[in-house]
Amino acid sequence: MDARTREGRQSRLWPALAAPGVLWLIALFVVPFYGIMAVAFGRLDPIFGNAIPVWNPLEWDFTSFGDVLERVFTAELGRVFLRTFLYVAAALAICFLIGYPVAYYVARLSGRRRGLLLALLLAPFWINYLMRMLAWVNLLQTDGYVNDVTAALGFGRVSWLDGRSVTVLLGLAYGYVPFLVLPLFAALDRIDRRLLEASRDLGMGPAATFLRVTLPLSRQGMLAAAVITALPMTGDFYTTDLLSGSPRTNMIGNQIEFYLFEGSEKASGAALVLILSAALLIAMAYYLRSIDRSARELR
Amino acid sequence: MRKLVAWWEDPWRRPVVLATITWLYIVWSIVPVLIAIQFSFNSGRSRSTWQGFSFRWWWGDPNSSLLHDESLRTAMVNSLALAGLTMLIATPLGVALALGLARWRGPAARGSNLLMLVPLSTPEIVMGAMLFLVFDNLYTAIPLGRPAMLLGHVTFSVSYVVVIVRGRLLTIGRDLEEAARDLGATPLQAVRTIVLPLLGPAVFASLMIVFATSIDDFVISAFLSADASSETVPIKIYANVRGSPTPALNALATAMLIGTALAIGLAIVALKVFRRGARGSAVEDFARLDI
Repeated sequence: MDARTREGRQSRLWPALAAPGVLWLIALFVVPFYGIMAVAFGRLDPIFGNAIPVWNPLEWDFTSFGDVLERVFTAELGRVFLRTFLYVAAALAICFLIGYPVAYYVARLSGRRRGLLLALLLAPFWINYLMRMLAWVNLLQTDGYVNDVTAALGFGRVSWLDGRSVTVLLGLAYGYVPFLVLPLFAALDRIDRRLLEASRDLGMGPAATFLRVTLPLSRQGMLAAAVITALPMTGDFYTTDLLSGSPRTNMIGNQIEFYLFEGSEKASGAALVLILSAALLIAMAYYLRSIDRSARELR
Repeated sequence: MRKLVAWWEDPWRRPVVLATITWLYIVWSIVPVLIAIQFSFNSGRSRSTWQGFSFRWWWGDPNSSLLHDESLRTAMVNSLALAGLTMLIATPLGVALALGLARWRGPAARGSNLLMLVPLSTPEIVMGAMLFLVFDNLYTAIPLGRPAMLLGHVTFSVSYVVVIVRGRLLTIGRDLEEAARDLGATPLQAVRTIVLPLLGPAVFASLMIVFATSIDDFVISAFLSADASSETVPIKIYANVRGSPTPALNALATAMLIGTALAIGLAIVALKVFRRGARGSAVEDFARLDI
C-alpha cells in the first residue's frame, strides 16, 4: 500500500472519531450560545410578559438589550458591575499576596517535602467549594470559633455573616487561592535556576534578584494565573449568597440568577450574560491562547 | 542583634519566612474543612459549638441523620448517579475526540480543536445560563432535572478528557502505531490494538477526574435542576447552609469529600502506574494539568 492511499484512509478515520464529540459540542455549546442571543434579542409575550426567543437574526429586536446595557452604565446595575470588578480585583490582590510566596517556595523545593507540599496544595482544589464555604459559615457564626477568638482578645463578638464586604472578600480569596497557586507554581518552576545563580554570582542581593530576574520571568505565568482565577470569580454568586446573603454585596452572578429564576425576566438575564461574556472576552481569549501554547510546547 | 542581622543577610540561610507563610497557608486552607468534618460528629444540634462526640448525625438519629433523612439520601444518590453516568458518557466521547483531533489535519480540524477548547475558558455561570435557556426554549423534549443535568455535565467534562488524553498521546508518540501500520494493520486496528492499550491509565485517570469534577459541580447542576427530586449534594449544601440545619449537613459534605478523595487518589495511582520510570512524580503531573 503506498503512502498516499494510506493517508486517504487515515483522513476518514480521524474525522469519524472526532465527529461524535464535535457534534455534541455543537448541539450543547454552540446552539445554546446562539440561544442566549435569540432570547436576549427576542420578543416579549404581550400577555404574560415572558421572553420568546427569536431564532432568525434578521428579526432581532435590540431595544430591551439596549435598555439593559444602558442600565449597566447608569443605574443600579452599574453599581453591581462596579462592585463585582472591585471585589474581584481586591480578592485577586489578596490571592497574589498569599499565593505567590507559597508557589515560589514550593517551586524552589526538591525531594520528598516537595511532593508532600504539592499534595497539600492540591487538596483544597478537590474539596468541594461549597463545603469550604460551609466550613467558614460554621466558623463565623456568632457562637463560632472565630468569635471565640475575637472575644478572648477583647474585641467582642462580631456578626460576620450580615452582609459585610470584608467577609465576602475573604471568602472569595479563600475560595479561589488554590486556582491561583497551581498555575503560578507551574510558571515559577519553569524558571531556570542557573539564571538566579548567575544573578547572585554577579553580586545582586536576594531582593534585587527577585525583582529583576524572578518577577519579570514569571510575569506571563502571573497573567495566566490571574485570568484562570478571575474568570470563575467574576461569575460567582454563591460565595456572597452564603457568606452575606444581603443585596448590599450582590455581584453580577446574583443579578443573572435573579433575572433567570426569581424575577422571570429571562430576556434581561440573557442580555446580562451576553454583556458579561463580552466583558470577559479578552481574558477568555488570552486563556485559550495560553492553553494552546502549552499544548504546543509539549509536542 | 548583630548576629540576627548577619543571619538575615546570609544568602545561604534556610528560607524561614517563605516556609512559615507556606505552612500557615496550608493550615488556613485545610483546617476549617477539618473542623467542619469534626462537627459532623457533634452530639448536639449545633454546627458551631462542640458538644461531644457521637455518630448521631451519620446514622444514630432516626429521622434526621444522613442514613435516615430521605432528602439527604436522595441528594447522595443523585450526585453519585450523575457523576457515574457523566463519566461513562464523557470519557469515550473525549477519548475519541482526542484521538481524532491529534491526527486529523485541515481547517475543519482546527475549528473543532478551538470548539473543544472554548468550554474550558467559559465561566460556569455563562455555560449554566445558556444551557438552562436552551433546555427551556429549544430542547423542550428534554426536561430540566436529571436528564438536562446529565447532558450539561457531559458537555463541560468532554474537554477535560481531551486535554488529559492528548497530553498522553503526545508522550506516546507515533512510532509504535506506524510500526503496526507497516506490518499491515489498518488505522482502526492500529488504534485498537496499539494506541488504546497504551492510553489505558490516561483513560482511567480521565474517568476518575470526570467523576470528581461532576460530583463537585454546583453551578451547572443548580441551573439545570428542576426541583427537590433532582437535588445533588452541592445544591443541598447551598440551599441549607444559611438555614437552621443540623450537623447532618456536615456529614453529607464529608461523605461527598470521601467520594471525591477516592476518585482523585485512584487517578493519581493510575498516573503513577503510567509514568513508571519517568522523571518527577505523579502528583507533580497532576498539579500541572491546570484544570
